[in-house]
Amino acid sequence: MRRKECLAMILAGGQGSRLGVLTKSLAKPAVPFGGKYRLIDFTLSNCYNSGFDTVGVLTQYQPLELHSYIGIGSSWDLDRNDGGVYILPPFVQQNGGEWYKGTANAIWQNAGFIDQFRPTYLLVLSGDHIYKMDYSYMVDFHKQTEADATIAVLEVAWPEASRFGIMNTDKDNRIVEFEEKPSQPKNNLASMGVYVFNWEVLRWYLAEDERNKASAHDFGKNVIPLMLQSGRKMMAYAFDGYWKDVGTLESLWEANMDLLSDKPKLDLYTPDWPIYSVNLQAAPQLISPTAKLSRSMVSLGCFVLGEVENSVLFSGIYVGEGAFIKDSVILPGAKICAGAHVERAVVGQQAVIEAGSRIGDGNKREITVVAERITVPENSVIPGGTVVE
Amino acid sequence: MNNVLGIINLHEDEKLLKEITRHRPLAAVPFGGRFRLIDFVLSNMVNSGIHHVGIVAKSKYRALMDHLRSGKEWDLARKRNGLFMMPPPDHIHYSNSIYKGDLEHFHNHLDSIKKSQQHYVLIAGSHTICNLNYSDVFKFHVDNQADITIVYKQEESCPEKYFAMATVLKVDGENRVTDMEVKSDKAAGGNICMETFVIAKELLLQIIEDCVARGEFDFIKEGIIKNLHRYKIYGYRYDGYMAKINSIQAYYQANMSLLLPEVWTELFSKLGPIYTKVKDTPPANYREYARVQNSMIANGCIIDGTVENSILFRGVKVQKGAYIKNSIIMQKSEVGSGAMLENIICDKDVKITDGKRLVGDPNYVMVIEKGMVV
Repeated sequence: MRRKECLAMILAGGQGSRLGVLTKSLAKPAVPFGGKYRLIDFTLSNCYNSGFDTVGVLTQYQPLELHSYIGIGSSWDLDRNDGGVYILPPFVQQNGGEWYKGTANAIWQNAGFIDQFRPTYLLVLSGDHIYKMDYSYMVDFHKQTEADATIAVLEVAWPEASRFGIMNTDKDNRIVEFEEKPSQPKNNLASMGVYVFNWEVLRWYLAEDERNKASAHDFGKNVIPLMLQSGRKMMAYAFDGYWKDVGTLESLWEANMDLLSDKPKLDLYTPDWPIYSVNLQAAPQLISPTAKLSRSMVSLGCFVLGEVENSVLFSGIYVGEGAFIKDSVILPGAKICAGAHVERAVVGQQAVIEAGSRIGDGNKREITVVAERITVPENSVIPGGTVVE
Repeated sequence: MNNVLGIINLHEDEKLLKEITRHRPLAAVPFGGRFRLIDFVLSNMVNSGIHHVGIVAKSKYRALMDHLRSGKEWDLARKRNGLFMMPPPDHIHYSNSIYKGDLEHFHNHLDSIKKSQQHYVLIAGSHTICNLNYSDVFKFHVDNQADITIVYKQEESCPEKYFAMATVLKVDGENRVTDMEVKSDKAAGGNICMETFVIAKELLLQIIEDCVARGEFDFIKEGIIKNLHRYKIYGYRYDGYMAKINSIQAYYQANMSLLLPEVWTELFSKLGPIYTKVKDTPPANYREYARVQNSMIANGCIIDGTVENSILFRGVKVQKGAYIKNSIIMQKSEVGSGAMLENIICDKDVKITDGKRLVGDPNYVMVIEKGMVV
């Protein structure tokens, strides 16, 4: 293999258990978002746009759909003669092999893969965050500061700081302390789960962590604190754009709604940093004379006869005459029949809401969810906050 | 269909689309929100199971090459077979207008046709829009032990009657073609030839060589019509949706017909998807003041105005207060706030500035050329 100065490794094995029915048979990075994307599109596009052409994707939980989605990486221009995308699930070894026990262990188990490229730096990323970021600036920063590790941080609102891993830094942005979800945060710089390491250094710490049977083999909980304790130079790299970890159904719904505001913080329509995805081959959307659409995103192959307000419609959706959809996210291939009323809901792939049904409640805080391939019979009433599966 | 070589013959009359074909061949004319004309014939071939396709590219084919590239989007970037180009051998022929006809072009690529592993050839043009399963035509051809099969459609079954410049044919009760005429300007009540032919490769090679040796260079006129009584030529009647793009008005009407749900469904999903070069555009975005009715909208559009009975290609921006009616707006064009367009075809990258008012006639739509700022 030709040497690569910097290799990217994307952690994509997570279940995203708080996404409930959406991740029943789907890894979290494959969860649909924004009318045509899946979460991992953001990280893969960032890699490509930042100029990194060698990317390992570590998968474990329900990887079938994720694997076929990534394929050979051609959608992100990552099908390369030299490098490109590598899908890395756990594998059997001479001594038996094992599942990925944690984020750090997943990298450790693939040390052999990484070594092939003899990289100086390793970029470790999560496959389920929504953001646009040029990693090359972060790697440059890492080189300039001669750090052993650099962690991207985001300034969060103080009341929210206790939900994140918080970096306490000195005036030169050197990390002096790391606290996982502190009850009394001393700082509001949250870790984004984006790391640059010197591979030689990280390799040593991963081996060290591996020997510790009590460890959870996690970057945030184990490896980063261990490196800090032994006085390694660790820098915080400040990022000030839009970044979201959609952990729950509510936050996934909210992130979709964020796209519909007048000046969205995450603008998908700027040509300078395109987000690539697997593109479907289908007809443009057909909007009938009876349709009414506002503040919405609608993807190709949709046929809309009803009313859509403040919603995100993925590809191939049918909206019957007199149907009304508001503040909702409708996933690919769903059918909302005539006269149905959907409000504050997430409707799963290929689900059918038959005529006259009422899904969700605009006055309730909780989101209503209809799981994939479910048929809600005619004139049913699904109260707000329910999960239909 | 592994035994069939597809040839897309782009010897088509391009002058008929005037401004729209000034910079591009007919095959690369944008159509239906996100497609180019050639996507339909090419996708039909692929969806019918033809995996070896040659393109007889006549002129201005840079736009076409840019669209097709390796043929990957049509699954035609293959180690064996796949897509191949048959460009004109020498441009000098064109500038001196001494290129005599499509058979001369075919003759220049005789070797590529000869060396293909397929025993049959399906020849089709790009300006006929339909969703046609060629395997049915091929089966008809084999069952009838025909020498040549020609696909046609009865004019009375077409919703639009813009076939003034079409080739027409007569068939008898046994589906044998008895007469054929090119470009009759009246063409009323006839069977419209869809410029789609199935023929055994050996016979095609023989026709090409025979004609060229006699100084004859037109495939339809001299290759087929002159041989009507010499070979067993059958007509295959096609009953689905069909449009012929042979004038600006026909182009406009054919686009508008896509707004009919039954046409939209048939054309785009009956046999399989129509493939095209993909662009990474986000979904269409309907803003607060959007009012869109009876329209076809491609991804990447941002709409804050009123759009009625229109087709918007990828990445069109419609500002607040703009009003677009009965129009076709091609990719990346922008319509400024308060502008009003009616019966207009805007080519790519056109900018209609704020408050401009442009009205064409439904029987004579106005075309705004590529890249213009109005």
